[in-house]
Amino acid sequence: MAVNTTTDILTPAQQGMGTRIFGIIRTLRRWPVIPVILLALVLFAGIAAPWISPHDPNKQSLPERKLPPFWYEAKTEMVEKEVVRRVLPTGDPQISLEDAQAIDADAQLGQWILVEDVARAGGGSKYWLGTDQLGRDILSRIIYGARISLLAAAITLGVGGSIGVLLGLVAGWYGGVVDEAVMRFVDILLAIPLVLIALAMVATLGTSLTIIVAVLTIFIWPRFARQLRGEVLQLKNMDFVALAKVAGASTPRILFIHIFPGTINTLIVVATLQVGIVILLEATLSFLGAGVPPPTATWGGMVSDGRGHLAGGFETGSWWISTFPGVAIMLTVMSLNLFGDWLRDKLDPRLRQIE
Amino acid sequence: MQRYLIRRLALAIVTLLAVSLIIFVLSRAAGDPVSLMLDEYSTEEDIERLMEKLGTNKPYYQQYFIFLRDALQGDLGNSIHRKRPVTHIIMGSLPWTLYLGLTAFAVSLLVGIPLGILSSIKRGSLIDQVAKVVALVGQAAPPFWLGIMLIIFFAVAFRIFPTSGREDWNSIFLPAITLGWYYAAANLRLVRSAMLDVLDSEYIKLARAKGVPYWGVVLRHAFRNALIPPLTFAGVTLGALVTGSLVVETVFAWPGLGKLAIDSLNGLDYPLLQGVVIFFTLLYVLVAFLVDVLYAYIDPRIRYA
Repeated sequence: MAVNTTTDILTPAQQGMGTRIFGIIRTLRRWPVIPVILLALVLFAGIAAPWISPHDPNKQSLPERKLPPFWYEAKTEMVEKEVVRRVLPTGDPQISLEDAQAIDADAQLGQWILVEDVARAGGGSKYWLGTDQLGRDILSRIIYGARISLLAAAITLGVGGSIGVLLGLVAGWYGGVVDEAVMRFVDILLAIPLVLIALAMVATLGTSLTIIVAVLTIFIWPRFARQLRGEVLQLKNMDFVALAKVAGASTPRILFIHIFPGTINTLIVVATLQVGIVILLEATLSFLGAGVPPPTATWGGMVSDGRGHLAGGFETGSWWISTFPGVAIMLTVMSLNLFGDWLRDKLDPRLRQIE
Repeated sequence: MQRYLIRRLALAIVTLLAVSLIIFVLSRAAGDPVSLMLDEYSTEEDIERLMEKLGTNKPYYQQYFIFLRDALQGDLGNSIHRKRPVTHIIMGSLPWTLYLGLTAFAVSLLVGIPLGILSSIKRGSLIDQVAKVVALVGQAAPPFWLGIMLIIFFAVAFRIFPTSGREDWNSIFLPAITLGWYYAAANLRLVRSAMLDVLDSEYIKLARAKGVPYWGVVLRHAFRNALIPPLTFAGVTLGALVTGSLVVETVFAWPGLGKLAIDSLNGLDYPLLQGVVIFFTLLYVLVAFLVDVLYAYIDPRIRYA
């Protein structure tokens, strides 16, 4: 491995540990390490959700709602409370006789005593990222939310990608009327404001993962078709295609065995960059209430859950409910973009012009 | 040029027809409008009278043509809840959406272009790093979340801007930044890479060799050429900004078309939803069409492609 010239002329025995580690770091630097690790984590979270999530994502615990993340310390204050036989759940400042006598042995019924009270609960290792407005564990919901995002992206790209590849190959190969028909259809779909129509469709047809994936697929395949068609136009005039024809290969054989492999680099790059777009779209629909219906945990839906609990800011507001799922979306999409950019530079630098 | 114009116009019209057809099919799939509008005490006669009035007793294709004809005349029906013509409601919200969209457009240019230039001439500097973060965040953060983060920091914690609505003069800032950030990031990247290409070219070296001062070269020679990609992109941006307000308006309770769409969606007000979707598409298609034509006029390579 030619990492650099200095290490090349040294034999392994002479190569110091420092140089070797430096060499490894240099090789690793060419990889987008952090994005790849983050993506692996998201993938792992999505697949292994039932085994790694600390809590049931849908289990509500009303006494534990809006608990802050782990680094928050509990804040206490001194409050005057009335000593009563039994504390009623009315929210009045009351304390049971038993508890009162534990603090002050002379406490009597009906007396008002000064006791330390929890003004704001602290975070802890039970709920690392806190709980939402219904007392559900945010970390577990983020882990399960990864499932929905990945599932939506995988199916959309699988189905949409296949349709796009097929139509792109056919349009590029046959040209003429077929090409016109497919490409005009592509133009129309790309000219439609996607989120809006998707919203209207989901509103009418109902919200379920199947419908959302179907709607997203309709709008994703044209992007593949357009790219693939361009590739085919270039490849079909190459000598190897002419030779395949002379050798008597059938059209499907030429398309799939000879031309398609030549487009795989482009395909991988386009697909990677589209994953981020699909994840963002799914999150947007969920945020707008047109995604996979609650109580299923979705990242977009979770951001929406926290919207009504911001008042009070960092002091008393529950900012974490909206923040963490959004961080998950952002880091995932950012990693995909960085990884996609890197792949593009490696596999297909020509694509750099299309943003 | 004429051929290109005709092709482009045809695409715009067919797109609008396609959207209107989708919307028509969806509205019929959502259920019979007559049963949505009448209560259980209506008589047979009421139902027939309403069907006659709405035209739902005719075959579907005729209904579609009536729908199209009315839409072309600016009649998109009445809102179920607000009992007013959809067109009036839309016209009331339109200025707010345009105000937000255009301000966001300004943000995307005023942030993206200067940052792109600075980061390209000072590669690896602090400002280049800042620009990189702005671009990365802008292209990955979902706008609805970005808006909430801005609210937490600048409206709730530090109380610099109002959280929502449009009452104060500075209510526009947070929504416009939220909406404009993504496109600011895109402009930044475009300008930066274009500048890097241009700065490396022969004519820039010649200008430098002739003794033109550094900033003179950057501003008079390089900058002009680096403006072409963001200008090309501006068409896409403008259309997307107008429709992108859907999400941002919801977050900031901005009284524009986007909020209208979401409200009508939540209230199952189909005539209003249809109207807003068609109108949004019209705006989107119109802007894209005008920009493409303008661009073809400026750059002859486009119309012969």
